[in-house]
Amino acid sequence: MSGKNILNVDHLSMRFGGVVAVNDLSFTAERRKITALIGPNGAGKTTVFNCITGFYKPTSGAMRLTHDDGRAIQLERLNDFRISKLAKVARTFQNIRLFPGMTALENLMVAQHNALMRASGLTFLGLIGAPSWRAAEKHAIDQATRWLGRIGLLERADDAAGNLPYGDQRRLEIARAMCTEPALLCLDEPAAGLNARESAALSELLLSIRGDHGTSILLIEHDMSVVMEISDHIVVMDYGVKIAEGAPQDIRDNPRVIAAYLGADEEEAIAVMESGT
Amino acid sequence: MTAPVPGPTKLSRAPGVAFIFKKALISALVALVLFSLMIGIRTEAGPTGQLIYWTRFDDLAAMVATVFGGSIVVELLRQWWGPVGTIRIVPPAAQNGLVVARRAIAPVLLIFTFLVPVIFYDQRYILDLGILVLTYVMLGWGLNVVVGLAGLLDLGYVAFYAVGAYSYALLSTNFGLSFWVCLPLAGILAAFWGVLLGFPVLRLRGDYLAIVTLAFGEIIRLVIINWQSLTGGPNGVSGIPRPTFFGIPLTPGDNGLAARLGIEFSPTHRIVFLFYLILALALLTNWVTIRLRRLPIGRAWEALREDEVACRALGINTTTTKLTAFATGAMFGGFAGAFFATRQGFISPESFTFQESALVLAIVVLGGMGSQLGVALAALTMIGGFELFRGFDQYRMLVFGVAMVLLMIWRPRGLIGHRAPTVFLERSQAISSELTSEGRG
Repeated sequence: MSGKNILNVDHLSMRFGGVVAVNDLSFTAERRKITALIGPNGAGKTTVFNCITGFYKPTSGAMRLTHDDGRAIQLERLNDFRISKLAKVARTFQNIRLFPGMTALENLMVAQHNALMRASGLTFLGLIGAPSWRAAEKHAIDQATRWLGRIGLLERADDAAGNLPYGDQRRLEIARAMCTEPALLCLDEPAAGLNARESAALSELLLSIRGDHGTSILLIEHDMSVVMEISDHIVVMDYGVKIAEGAPQDIRDNPRVIAAYLGADEEEAIAVMESGT
Repeated sequence: MTAPVPGPTKLSRAPGVAFIFKKALISALVALVLFSLMIGIRTEAGPTGQLIYWTRFDDLAAMVATVFGGSIVVELLRQWWGPVGTIRIVPPAAQNGLVVARRAIAPVLLIFTFLVPVIFYDQRYILDLGILVLTYVMLGWGLNVVVGLAGLLDLGYVAFYAVGAYSYALLSTNFGLSFWVCLPLAGILAAFWGVLLGFPVLRLRGDYLAIVTLAFGEIIRLVIINWQSLTGGPNGVSGIPRPTFFGIPLTPGDNGLAARLGIEFSPTHRIVFLFYLILALALLTNWVTIRLRRLPIGRAWEALREDEVACRALGINTTTTKLTAFATGAMFGGFAGAFFATRQGFISPESFTFQESALVLAIVVLGGMGSQLGVALAALTMIGGFELFRGFDQYRMLVFGVAMVLLMIWRPRGLIGHRAPTVFLERSQAISSELTSEGRG
């Protein structure tokens, strides 16, 4: 099984005082596939993300990340930056968190911090300008340039990230996450605030990330056109529990999912569906 | 653009005489309340301890009248200029000139600094002032790493200055170690204390961080005062050895530098040597900081200032990143401290009060956080300006304060507010200060 799934979430629960944000959630994300996590507002999706990426310590439950070489890491035992550094899980944020005062290129350079830190001999080799450091820096700039080209921001490489249009900032944040060379990319509502054309471009970008880099993607999204188009597997949450799971087509027709989104009873939803068909 | 509607625009631009007078009257009233006790009545303790007071209503009246008149003038100026903006004040042609001037300012300043001992060789006062300014430039550049780049507000920077000064003073007077051995030791010890300070404050942000660093600065000073057996307490350490020219003393004796070079001895030699020494130390600080900014650690500092959460999401260890910033800043403070000790020959806790921390922080903030040139200009303005206003005698602080307020109105984000990128593909363009963040600890 470890070969097939990159992420196994087992009985994950997260409590804030008396509020149960996530309750006994279990799901898996397959390797080199796009798994979407959907649900109405307040369903606990972002909390799951924060647990996976180490920003929250889960109340109970286990999250196992299995790398290509079979190395398994229990994510709940690592804290924040180590999850990105050791487990190779990268994320983006619902409200974009770029470094607004740094250029687009600099943003992508910061993302390669750990690799560059090693190359600069913990700064000392870099301080004296060792050739090995110069080569590593050039390589990092090349990688950043490649990503800027892919997201169509090459002309704006030297502009401050805070000056870029909203859609460009979204794409830049994804590119920045990809510059950490992750095994699992967690995207929190990447299509939020994008117009139809930008959403389509985003879908294309995510599919190419999965196809060309073999990066597995875990996605929270409200834009159903994006979710249905690119997801291989969908997990639906409501009030902190999983209410459905399956391929896009199954989810589309699932009465419990429709009920959750419409805020209605299951019976009512079934009635609506039957009367409609 | 349609034709402007004259009525409302004119109304908003020129609210009329009544409005101006009303505003001036309110200002005058506030001034009256404020100054009636501060200026109107003068109190003093008499020879037997009783209270003596007398009134100075003429001074008070003059003050209130000045505020009234000044308020009218300011209001008129504001209406004349419209909304304040540099674009309105400076014509475009002059702005192009300013851009060129801005590029040239750093090299010109550097060359001038190198020539100062040559030009002002006979003027001891100027040389001493130059050394003082350069010391603050170096302290400013050191603190700039912590406050300007990493965005960690440090109100206790003087602690590291003190650690450096006492390290050199105690090591040289007790063990006879030379300046050149003690200089790196002072830096290492200060860096060590920087890390020690860093550990407990890692979880703190913003105001809380500022308060703890402030307390740290005071703790170091109080320890120095009270640990009499080691530091001499309030009496300080005296007889600190003067620096040598790499082992050759700068004294009138036979083995002195002057005798060896076969020139006549002059006490100015030592001043000039000290000048170039602090210049070299300051330039070293500058070079290392510029270098570090282009290395991953420096970029991580700036990223930390911009968004700490995003840093963690990118796998950056924010703990070590903050600690290295503290240590690097403290190390430069330690170097400056060692220099201070060898220049003065005597140090006491009085030199390391909170006022020094505040002054260095003011230099960094005034210069524009993160800007090397800005910090140098601010140190020159603050220290040099302070001396420049010496002629105003008792109004020196007042004039200085007004100058600071005007500067902050004109340049709210510091003298040089924009940020230069550390790496670029096509062209390096300055990033407006509106986009960069000051950091919240």
